[in-house]
Amino acid sequence: MAPPNARRTGYSRRAQYGTFFGYLAAIAGALVGALALAVSFLDPTAFSGARGLAADAVAPAGRVVAAGRSGGQSALSSLWGYFTWGPRHAAMARELEVARVQLAEARSQTAENHRLKALLGLADADPHPLAFARLIASTASSPRRYATLSVGRDRGVTTGMPVRSAEGVVGRVLEVAEHTARVLLVTDPESLVPVMRARDGLPAFAQGHGDGTLEVRLISLGINPLKAGDVFVTSGSGGIYTPGMAVGVVVSLTRDGAIARVLSDPTQSSFVAVYPSYAVAARMPEALAPPPPPPAPPAKTKKKKKPAATAEAQ
Amino acid sequence: MPQGWTGRREAELSGQRALNRAPLPLLARGLPWLVIVLGSVLQTLPVIASAPVMPPFGFLFLLAWRQLHPGLLPVWAGLPLGLVDDLYSGQPFGSAMLLWSAAMIGMEVIESRFPWRSYVMDWLVAAGVIAGYLVLASGLAHATSDRAVTVLAPQLVVSVLVFPLAERFISACDRARLWRFRMGG
Repeated sequence: MAPPNARRTGYSRRAQYGTFFGYLAAIAGALVGALALAVSFLDPTAFSGARGLAADAVAPAGRVVAAGRSGGQSALSSLWGYFTWGPRHAAMARELEVARVQLAEARSQTAENHRLKALLGLADADPHPLAFARLIASTASSPRRYATLSVGRDRGVTTGMPVRSAEGVVGRVLEVAEHTARVLLVTDPESLVPVMRARDGLPAFAQGHGDGTLEVRLISLGINPLKAGDVFVTSGSGGIYTPGMAVGVVVSLTRDGAIARVLSDPTQSSFVAVYPSYAVAARMPEALAPPPPPPAPPAKTKKKKKPAATAEAQ
Repeated sequence: MPQGWTGRREAELSGQRALNRAPLPLLARGLPWLVIVLGSVLQTLPVIASAPVMPPFGFLFLLAWRQLHPGLLPVWAGLPLGLVDDLYSGQPFGSAMLLWSAAMIGMEVIESRFPWRSYVMDWLVAAGVIAGYLVLASGLAHATSDRAVTVLAPQLVVSVLVFPLAERFISACDRARLWRFRMGG
């Protein structure tokens, strides 16, 4: 059946004006939207206050859902654990033997590091977490990858602080509200983390790929030296992330880099920790470069960072 | 009249006496707005996603209300509802205000062009609008970086398939909208 046509207003002047102004308002609405969009492109933080208020408003619901989410996950994983218990136990027993030996070695190396750093007079930057929190919401329907933290200004969180879980880097704080904070996850296409290969310190950038993986781009171009299974950790340049935090492991190679899987999958980590920025923790706040990642087209970024990389190599 | 008697009898049996009960104006007018806002907020809560996987429920609900009950939401509803969605969706602010307004105008135009519709036709139109919305929204979100839109495919398929369910939900809401409550004494 054809629906009754609401546009046919008959002779009523009032109805005619009502419909007409309805259309005008709709077009004006689209224009207002376009204007807001232009403003937020020019200044991405322009509406952060409103976003913060909105996030604070639904934070209680988010906390409840987050608790339920981790409960549901642990129930599923314990159920699954019954089926895979035997082989996993055996494998873990073997790994534990190896790990004990490696731990002892690592301890001696840590001690040596402390001694050497003391000799050089370097401040020992081993930042302590500022706050522990849950990720209570994420932009699951948008191509951008943000998550909302359950702590904010009330616990001393400020913009630029790194967020990590037990497994590795999750992201960094982008906007702070009173009781919540917005985190730019490392998988966001505009997140750019300075990393190095854990084995030999080969410097690179890890940029989000938009689908939950990372794109590792080497700083020094040439023959691609990466291999599947290479682990990348933060390099500490830029002054945000403490060096040595796990970021990702290479799963496949591309022409001039690799695709890496994020080690700390934010979907799995129920609790995360907020750390002070590395430069602040190392008592060198002047080293904190202005937030590096955003827009800059990739080619430009590479060029800009190149001198630093060669200096490092020497 | 026999018919009147049975009608009254049914109303009494179902616990709804015809007299002294009427729909709440606030609920009857406000429920569509409330449901769409809830859709915008709730799409962020269930999972911490590492890729766009959730259908944009706010937008789906808007489309469903628009198709199931034309005229209930004014043409300009895209602006205020899009504003709320922008606060939660993670898109650059203004993207939903623009795209939802455009979608409302577009649906109006489609309706005037093709007044004879069927369920399949409605679904196809909705699928087209959803596809356009997701692609454009992704373009706006990645305007400053160089990402392909291939990650969108799963979300697009899920959204189109979920749309009939969203319509079912909205039609239930549309009935609940006119629940009759006891008025006065």
